[in-house]
Amino acid sequence: MSSNIIDAPRSNSADSPKYKRAKGSGSSFEMFAWLFMRLSGVVLIVLIFGHLFVNLMVGEGIHAIDFGFVAGKWSNPFWQFWDLAMLWLAMLHGTNGVRTIINDYAERSSTRMTLKTVLFVASAVIIVLGTLVIFTFDPCPAGAVTDLPSFCPVP
Amino acid sequence: MWSWVGHRITGVVIFVFLLVHVLDTSLVRVSPEAYTAVIGAYKNPIMGLGEAGLVAAIVFHAFNGLRIIAIDFWKKGPKYQRQLLWGVLALWAVTMIPFLIRHLTIVFSNFFGGH
Repeated sequence: MSSNIIDAPRSNSADSPKYKRAKGSGSSFEMFAWLFMRLSGVVLIVLIFGHLFVNLMVGEGIHAIDFGFVAGKWSNPFWQFWDLAMLWLAMLHGTNGVRTIINDYAERSSTRMTLKTVLFVASAVIIVLGTLVIFTFDPCPAGAVTDLPSFCPVP
Repeated sequence: MWSWVGHRITGVVIFVFLLVHVLDTSLVRVSPEAYTAVIGAYKNPIMGLGEAGLVAAIVFHAFNGLRIIAIDFWKKGPKYQRQLLWGVLALWAVTMIPFLIRHLTIVFSNFFGGH
């Protein structure tokens, strides 16, 4: 049975007989991060289960998804803010989760810094991009003819 | 221990999907044709099975996350963590069976008998 046990990350092993990392800064950031994971997790269950139900289970399910479907949803501020909340909470929850995994398994300080820099840049780009797309979106773009929602004026 | 491994693996899988999902949805800002073309490429049985796997990962991560909250905040949580895991797996099955019937019906009927 003991061969089936995975050592806890950062625990003593032949390679690291003693924990060598610097002590924490003493700030309460990690406590807030821990609490945020639990609070955002509960909210995300509601947001994502609702998202999956409306997009995959209702009507024709995933087969109905095209530009007109997205345009129809985002012409309603309710779904704009639903998706905005989902984007921000899911990205922060996921980024913090991957940050924890990097801290657990990247043994060298420089490796941790590099991986976390890549993670934070990628997350920031995705959050900004997604937010801009939700709020600068035009459901009836000029010149477009196919897949438009039914409320667009006929060209 | 295996629920902890599963929670990490499903978490990373969901996060990677989320990055791609925001990028593909951003195509609505490029043109209706670009978005509908890329989404159209997803509408085949292989991607349909991938979506089923993704939802399975999300549902496990969601229910096991509630179990983690119960272990952290409920006085008897640590004592019943094993029973809670069986509860997670039971709820996962109860959620996935109707989801799979509905989703795979849509995916396969539209691919083989559809338009």
